[in-house]
Amino acid sequence: MCNNHLKPRPYRLLSIKKESFTECTFRLECDHTPVIGQFYEVSLPRVGEMPISISGIGSGWLDMTIRAVGHVSTAVHTLKPGDNIFLRGPYGNGFPMAEMEGKHIIIAAGGCGVSPIRPIIEHFYNHPEKITAMDLLFGFKDPSLVLFNQDIDRWKEKFNTIITVDQSCSTWEGKNVGLITEYVKQVKIPDFQNMEVIIVGPPIMMKFTAQEFIKHGVASERIIVSMERRMSCGVGKCGHCKVGDKYVCLDGPVFRYDQAQLLID
Amino acid sequence: MGKSLSHNEFNVLLGALAKDYNIYAPARFEKQGRFSDTDIIRYRQVSQVEEIVWQAKSTYSPKEVVMPVTQTLFYFTQTEYREPETDTRPCLVFLRACDINGFASLDKIYLENGGTEDIYYKRLREKVKFILIECHTSFDNCFCVSMGANTTDNYSMAVRFGEENIQLELKDEQLAGYLDNIGQGNDFKPQFIQENKIKVNVPSVAEMPDWIYNDQMWKQYDHRCIACGRCNTTCVTCSCYTALDVLYDDNCQVGERRRVWASCHIDGFTDMAGGHGFRKENGARMRFKVFHKIYDFNKRFGKHMCVGCGRCDDNCPEYISYSNCINILNDRLKEGEKASV
Ligand SMILES: Cc1cc2nc3c(=O)[nH]c(=O)nc-3n(C[C@H](O)[C@H](O)[C@H](O)COP(=O)(O)OP(=O)(O)OC[C@H]3O[C@@H](n4cnc5c(N)ncnc54)[C@H](O)[C@@H]3O)c2cc1C
Ligand code: SF4
Ligand code: SF4
Ligand code: FES
Repeated sequence: MCNNHLKPRPYRLLSIKKESFTECTFRLECDHTPVIGQFYEVSLPRVGEMPISISGIGSGWLDMTIRAVGHVSTAVHTLKPGDNIFLRGPYGNGFPMAEMEGKHIIIAAGGCGVSPIRPIIEHFYNHPEKITAMDLLFGFKDPSLVLFNQDIDRWKEKFNTIITVDQSCSTWEGKNVGLITEYVKQVKIPDFQNMEVIIVGPPIMMKFTAQEFIKHGVASERIIVSMERRMSCGVGKCGHCKVGDKYVCLDGPVFRYDQAQLLID
Repeated sequence: MGKSLSHNEFNVLLGALAKDYNIYAPARFEKQGRFSDTDIIRYRQVSQVEEIVWQAKSTYSPKEVVMPVTQTLFYFTQTEYREPETDTRPCLVFLRACDINGFASLDKIYLENGGTEDIYYKRLREKVKFILIECHTSFDNCFCVSMGANTTDNYSMAVRFGEENIQLELKDEQLAGYLDNIGQGNDFKPQFIQENKIKVNVPSVAEMPDWIYNDQMWKQYDHRCIACGRCNTTCVTCSCYTALDVLYDDNCQVGERRRVWASCHIDGFTDMAGGHGFRKENGARMRFKVFHKIYDFNKRFGKHMCVGCGRCDDNCPEYISYSNCINILNDRLKEGEKASV
């Protein structure tokens, strides 16, 4: 009897944490360990299905941080701890964690893009001896949309952290305003060989941030991005995520930028 | 083994087969065509040879047998997903060489891509035996020869329909018993079309150069194509779908998850939450489809997706010719980068 890859399984919600007025982190009980950077198809019976990245991995649990933007993503916000949420996965390739070891890691993330890279930061926060340095560059639309405030306060203690907002307001305690690309030059890169840049965010942000790093001397093979496409299956059948000869759900979502550049929609 | 049967004998054969098989063949649906007073020919279950349209190409392809337009994936309540029952009867499908080769393209996606098998497709596909319809002549817009899809040996039985009698070749021993006492033995073997009026030169480049993606050749389709998706729905090798949940009524807690055919030409195919999408121009969608059919798919699976059935050209309401587009593409690539500026 072969497996039905489209069949979701129930997982119990352990807790729900509000991150911003549109985003919550859902912690669920989980019996397996995905690779950082993979995603799941999250289902609500009678509403639909959507791809969501892992924003945290622990022993026996997973975190997903979901922004309410449409049908399914809004409906999940009505769930309560103890309820079931339906998942299938994990899917996709994930980040090359082993290749990052012994190197200087630079992470540039915009908005929701901070979710999939959060487990990378936590991993090296707990194992700082595995890398030479880490710089964090985060961009958010406005101060009310800054995600993972408490985590960022912790990360700051160990890693150089720059947070910028597109639009400031009176409650913004940080000093940085403007697009992420303007802050790329503040990151000091002593060795262009032994490093990896990870960029995750909206398509335009990834493109311009990558170009900015390249302008400062980083080779495109040293840049890693995580792509987002419409997905209706996650397993290479529905065709929605196809770009060139690649399927983002199978061959991605993580790509080296020199490869990603060759994929023309 | 070959046989010659009268139409009456063939109906006796179909009757015997129908006890054990669902028999699908192209049939006429009157006045449902693209223009008023025209018919469409599409697949349905048949029981008599008179129902089978063998004199013309079918409007829609036989892929519906293994890939229904809408298909239930699950029935659900709030707490569980339940798979629907499937009809376990085996199927016989009457189809042409190009379409048999088209199923091989569908198989690549549904049974191979990503190393997983789609169970819904597999359950239907496993039950199918092919009955080849021999083509007497090449039809309008066919270019199966250019795509190397004009021949096949992947069939259980091959049939040459004629006004007087019907010749058949039997390859599948499981079907032999049905023919024991009917018809006269001969050594019939089907012939295959060796030449089409339309010839297509598929570009043989290892990599498409960057400039061709934005070349002016795609611009004409921005306005000519109306993004109706008919080229995709009639194509035997288009396999995309969208899943959606349906409620039986507003108060009801039960419903189902379905998948329905999706089309890369139609608005919204790439749309994501927040309104972000790709390929807004219809010309870019034409380019995406053409590259998938004769370049991307081949790069991934070592076989062209398109089999040259010509249905996309038969059915485009704007008379856009996909086969001509491939030839234009081939010429542009030959003219080279210089010509693009
Ligand atoms: C690999 C991947 C990882 C993602 N990770 C996260 C995450 O961690 N947190 C988060 O908040 N969002 C994430 N998204 C985006 C999230 O999938 C969409 O916001 C979500 O699909 C919206 O669904 P909806 O039903 O609420 O929206 P609607 O607009 O009602 O969507 C209707 C349908 O369109 C499709 N769709 C719409 N937007 C997208 C989209 N952006 N990507 C893919 N399909 C879409 C879905 O199939 C959905 O069922 C991710 C997307 C991808 C591809
Ligand atoms: S692209 Fe056109 S010619 Fe090729 S298989 Fe599809 S319908 Fe037939
Ligand atoms: S090419 Fe023709 S059939 Fe296809 S979407 Fe455009 S107008 Fe419709
Ligand atoms: S999400 Fe369906 S093919 Fe990738």
